[in-house]
Amino acid sequence: MSDTVIRATGLGKKFLIGHNVEYSAMLGEAAVRRARNMVRRAADMLCGRALIEADEIEEYWALRDVDFEVRRGEVVSIIGHNGAGKTTLLKILSRILEPTTGRVELSGRVASLLEIGTGFHPELTGRENIFLNGAILGMRRHEVLAKFNQIVDFSGVEKFIDTPLKRYSVGMYARLAFSVAAHLETEILFVDEVLAVGDAEFQKRCLDRMSEVANAGRSVLFVSHNLAAAAALTRRGIVLKSGRLIFDGPIDGALAQYTASLEKGKIERSWGRGEHSAIVSADLLDANGLPTTTYVPGTPFNLQVEVETSTLPGLSLEFLLRDANSLPVGFYSSNTFSEVALPSMPGRYSCTLALKPLFLASGDYSFDLTTNSMTIVVDHKVTNAISFRVAASNPSTIAYDFKQSLGNGVIALQLATPLVIEPSRQGRAA
Amino acid sequence: MNDWPSERLILEAGRADRRYWGDLWRYRELFFILAWRDVALRYKQTVIGLAWAFVRPFMTMVVFTVIFGHIAKLPTEGTAPYAVLVLAGLLPWTLVSSIFSDGANSVLGNSQLVSKVYFPRLIIPLAPVIVGLIDFVVSLVILFGVMAWYGMAPGWHILLLPVFIALAVLVAIGPAMWAAATIVKYRDFRFVIPFVIQIGLYVSPVGFSAKIVPPGWQLLYSLNPMVGVIDGFRWAILGGESPLFLPGFALSLVVTAGMLWLGIRTFRHTERGFADVI
Repeated sequence: MSDTVIRATGLGKKFLIGHNVEYSAMLGEAAVRRARNMVRRAADMLCGRALIEADEIEEYWALRDVDFEVRRGEVVSIIGHNGAGKTTLLKILSRILEPTTGRVELSGRVASLLEIGTGFHPELTGRENIFLNGAILGMRRHEVLAKFNQIVDFSGVEKFIDTPLKRYSVGMYARLAFSVAAHLETEILFVDEVLAVGDAEFQKRCLDRMSEVANAGRSVLFVSHNLAAAAALTRRGIVLKSGRLIFDGPIDGALAQYTASLEKGKIERSWGRGEHSAIVSADLLDANGLPTTTYVPGTPFNLQVEVETSTLPGLSLEFLLRDANSLPVGFYSSNTFSEVALPSMPGRYSCTLALKPLFLASGDYSFDLTTNSMTIVVDHKVTNAISFRVAASNPSTIAYDFKQSLGNGVIALQLATPLVIEPSRQGRAA
Repeated sequence: MNDWPSERLILEAGRADRRYWGDLWRYRELFFILAWRDVALRYKQTVIGLAWAFVRPFMTMVVFTVIFGHIAKLPTEGTAPYAVLVLAGLLPWTLVSSIFSDGANSVLGNSQLVSKVYFPRLIIPLAPVIVGLIDFVVSLVILFGVMAWYGMAPGWHILLLPVFIALAVLVAIGPAMWAAATIVKYRDFRFVIPFVIQIGLYVSPVGFSAKIVPPGWQLLYSLNPMVGVIDGFRWAILGGESPLFLPGFALSLVVTAGMLWLGIRTFRHTERGFADVI
């Protein structure tokens, strides 16, 4: 018996995507276009083609000529930018999508977790949903029965197990969903981004569970944006870029390749330069010092900026943090806040800023970067130099997400000591 | 877990999956659990719950008996009370139309599953069969109640009723599978289905006896497979009062088999592309 459990050769997937041509304000023209589209759709239906709601159709290869093999017991990370084809690859491997070209050979029972809680129904109770979800993931009834108590224990929602799911908080829902998934026992497992849920403590438990699975000799293909998790869980990494496999090898190499492609993307963006200085690149760093686009509230906030300077003394590096509505929410100036200016020796410098942890609301943020000369004249300005997202923000231990969109600002105020509430002296006097 | 194959599985464009029917059997638990889900959800947050399965056919029976039997004064079959004639047609009609309409919308309704996990998709349009059958069994109680009210006892013919129930299910699932697969791609058909069911109610002998169709037209009328199913039901329930028109019944069987073949074929051909277009 061969030791290869997954063999993909020349794998490709083509999608048809539609574009809308620019809308014209002329009523007549719009009507003509609509009529033309209707005729085209009717023709598509008669020929049995899929309908696409758009004016122009383009072919798009989400995956192209991908070859790789996975051996028994191997755990492999698939990393790449958004739209690199990671999810498409997993969907093909898990038989949801049919490949356009190439073939895949699989040996062993396969389970895929493209999201957790697939098929969960809000009207059914937690107990009922465990059986439903288990069956959907391919578990047999007796398997679910045998593991039922483990699943409930792991989720920590035993009190609400007979409550309809619609009464669950988002966090409880995620816990229950992950617990079912965590107890799948198949030879091959595909996992997509499911760790991006729950609070920090639960995420850690999920990671532990993942490494248990990995150590149990099963083959796992793991898609994640969480580079730290990828590095911790896997020894081999596959990097996808625009649908092509650009790297397949040790995870360190894969991460380096991925980061390099991130940086390359930055340089391609060309930020120009000022008269006396140039901001070359800027990144938000994760705990391992790798560039990231997500920030977890309350964790160290590290920024790294590369600048080129000239002989002009007293240049200040300034940061302006903006929220999703572009409203300024924070500011830092090296000259005025730290009394440090950029060196006046011409050259390229790397500035590292370790900000104190911020408890930011979940949502999108960006930094505008400027270099200012002494006379408060902007020398080089890069808007949106760093953009990042806070996926979830929970200042407490109950399930809650403090969102930008709530309109309560962007910073969760945190207490230095526990909240004290006691009868007021004045109240007693009256 | 042992009947899960660990043999090689090959995924390729346009490749027919030889193991499909085996997979269908292996996923039988999912089939039952999806059916169970639909049953469990059907009467959630209703006051009278399962009683709806009684109320609906009963009220329809009353309305049809009054309109067709008393106002239009259509003839019954033999000496059977008109209400029993109507119920014997209404029961299979409700069974078929509910399986057809639930089945037709089922794949689209479960799009979340289709785009996230693999299982033989044929399970989805088949699950409504169970839901339909449960409602059917409940309304069978009404039928026997009404027959007892009129002092009628079923003859030996009733033993063949399960055969006609199976036939009714087969009549429904062919078009249901075809429509389920087609609706995924062309949602226009979602608007067509209720219309088809409405027309079907009037072109099928639900509120009246198929015997009122002139003899020369009987064979043509039997092209509608519901004619065979309803005639079969009336034969099984009313016994000798309602003799079966055999050539017509045979024709209904042929049409049913044809629709079943078309349904499975269409579904199997489009199934692999569901996740692309849903």
